[in-house]
Amino acid sequence: MLQPILFAIVTITAFVFAGRQFMKIRQNILLGKDEELEGDSSQRWRNVLLIAFGQKKMFKRFVPAIFHLFIYVAFLFTQVELIEILVDGFTGSHRFFAASLGSFYTFLISFIEILSLLAFVATFVFLARRNLLKVPRFQNPEMKGWPFLDGNIILYLEILLLIGVFSMNGADKVLQGMGAAHYRPTGAFAVSSWLGPALFGGLGESTLIGIERFGWWLHILVVYGFLNYLPKSKHLHILLAFPNTYFAKLNPKGQMSNMPKIQKEVASMMDESAAMDDSGGEEEELFFGANDVTRLGWTNLLNAYTCTECGRCTSVCPANITGKKLSPRKIMMDVRDRAEEVGNNIATGSPDFISEEKRGDGLVLSKENYADGKSLFDYISREEIHACTTCNACVEACPVLINPLDIILQLRRYEILMESAGPSDWLALFNSLENSQAAWAVSEARDAWTAGI
Amino acid sequence: MAELAAEDRQPEVLFWVGCAGSFDDRAQRVTVAFTKLLQKAGVDFAILGQEESCTGDPARRAGNEFLFQMLAQQNIAVLNMYKVKKIVTACPHCFNTLKNEYPVLGGDYEVVHHTQFLKSLLAEGRLKIEGGQFKGKKITYHDSCYLGRANGVYEAPRSVLAALDADLVEMKRCRTTGLCCGAGGAQMWKEDEPGDKRINTERTEEALATGAEIIAVNCPFCLTMMSDGVKLKEQQESVMVYDLAELILNGQ
Ligand code: SF4
Ligand code: SF4
Repeated sequence: MLQPILFAIVTITAFVFAGRQFMKIRQNILLGKDEELEGDSSQRWRNVLLIAFGQKKMFKRFVPAIFHLFIYVAFLFTQVELIEILVDGFTGSHRFFAASLGSFYTFLISFIEILSLLAFVATFVFLARRNLLKVPRFQNPEMKGWPFLDGNIILYLEILLLIGVFSMNGADKVLQGMGAAHYRPTGAFAVSSWLGPALFGGLGESTLIGIERFGWWLHILVVYGFLNYLPKSKHLHILLAFPNTYFAKLNPKGQMSNMPKIQKEVASMMDESAAMDDSGGEEEELFFGANDVTRLGWTNLLNAYTCTECGRCTSVCPANITGKKLSPRKIMMDVRDRAEEVGNNIATGSPDFISEEKRGDGLVLSKENYADGKSLFDYISREEIHACTTCNACVEACPVLINPLDIILQLRRYEILMESAGPSDWLALFNSLENSQAAWAVSEARDAWTAGI
Repeated sequence: MAELAAEDRQPEVLFWVGCAGSFDDRAQRVTVAFTKLLQKAGVDFAILGQEESCTGDPARRAGNEFLFQMLAQQNIAVLNMYKVKKIVTACPHCFNTLKNEYPVLGGDYEVVHHTQFLKSLLAEGRLKIEGGQFKGKKITYHDSCYLGRANGVYEAPRSVLAALDADLVEMKRCRTTGLCCGAGGAQMWKEDEPGDKRINTERTEEALATGAEIIAVNCPFCLTMMSDGVKLKEQQESVMVYDLAELILNGQ
């Protein structure tokens, strides 16, 4: 009776804590502005199926893709096993589905065991790639410290999980062989039928039960630990990859978003009658581009929380390859860090974070009136955004359809439109565009080349 | 275009020349080459001449939306006034802006890049390649970001090159993974940010490593960047950088 009670307490606590953290992430993502969804949803579902479920983009790099697939598929199927663990845990039963599913159960667990074995191998390959082979994309400056550790922690957890699975199943198999009570025969499991006897053969019944219970608890505790660790980690992608691929822009990559307010403004400058239509319009806030997470779109923030920090984007970025400071992965990590900071500050409810102009009686701190004297530019330097060639290599490379370029361009828009700043070289460009409608100030006529025909 | 309009005639296609094609010495030669091809193929085309303005691509990508909107709306007014239906351009930046960014502003046209247009002229037999000057020559093709990744056009230029009967060698980074030449995003108009190397040097090294004698490009900015890279590597005697239109014209 003791185990089910303990299990219920642990389970509820784990879910409550995790639930709170996930709610917070939801709130942080919604710090971003509303965005309109364009395009048809069937294409969006296709993206979810092919790119998130089907891992299509991962397969541009075969070696990591295949090992990642092992872990991914093992993860998906282990969920089936988890259902049984939950049922057993709450009711005190043992392998609840074994009797009713019969040989299908044997097949299922065997299948999961084979996947787990492959995942075990993959885990070591990944640890080696990060720590021994030192694959360059895991070594950039933004990966120092926590991000590097984060990458490893998850792999350690994976190993613990697999130790749990195999000691649980292995000891069970030996117990079944001894005819121990409660350990009903389940048929031969693909891995633990030989691994179990090899490791635990000859041990006494009570020791074996101890090992079996240890494995069972280790398994579920690692799962709960993982659940609570996810929100702080790059591993959030295992959940967010799905919505993120759904909400990814469907437009051609070269298309920049339109700014209707400026469009209207310019239209009315060029044509007086257009200005008339707009008379009596309400006071709209004149704010262009983005300097903070509350000015980005919410899908930009969803992107940031989905980022796996894999560095595929950075490894193909022409600016980064040639030694510039820009790293599209760092852009994503910075946006997430800033969203965390703003989210945490807003959660305090302290009126100190209400912007000075807006302070007033009874005003509650919210994303609309938030100000802490900082901005995204405290994380992302000008030098970084100025180095971008808008080549879309990062967008193309991302396995989960994240778009770092979109954020860079919004920061540039802020810089030019709100601060009239930006690289001084561009002044000549702007002047010539404004005065002669050409990208270079030349005295020649536009059709002078026709003389050469 | 104004002359045709005066006669109330509609050309088959409007040739959008773009700033580089109009003013850059090297790119002007591409403009001339493409024009000659259009004439050879008997295409009835027009240009806007003085009425053409920059599409606004560099302004928009630098972040200057006001300037972009001014240029774009002005261009759309002109294009709509002439009831333009189809546009061909030799610049992938103009191509992208006209094709993807003008429609929401009221400028809806069928826009093709000159490599796509050349492909259809060749397919229809309006242009023919003779002589086989390029037979056995090693050519490598550099994907521009704005034709390639931005708009997914990878095969049209390659099929045009295939018509030359040359020996096409790919760089390791090609098609979706093609490396930028370094000019996009208004980089053309500014100094590089501090780093170890220029982007065009990196890309040119890759192109030279294929052993190709000709680097084929589809963009006036790539043309500048790759030519500069070849000069920096002091290979200008043995390796030439050409736009596809120039190659096709030479193959006539
Ligand atoms: S779009 Fe900008 S950030 Fe992305 S890869 Fe190209 S240069 Fe780098
Ligand atoms: S943005 Fe995409 S490619 Fe870049 S690190 Fe994040 S997940 Fe990887």
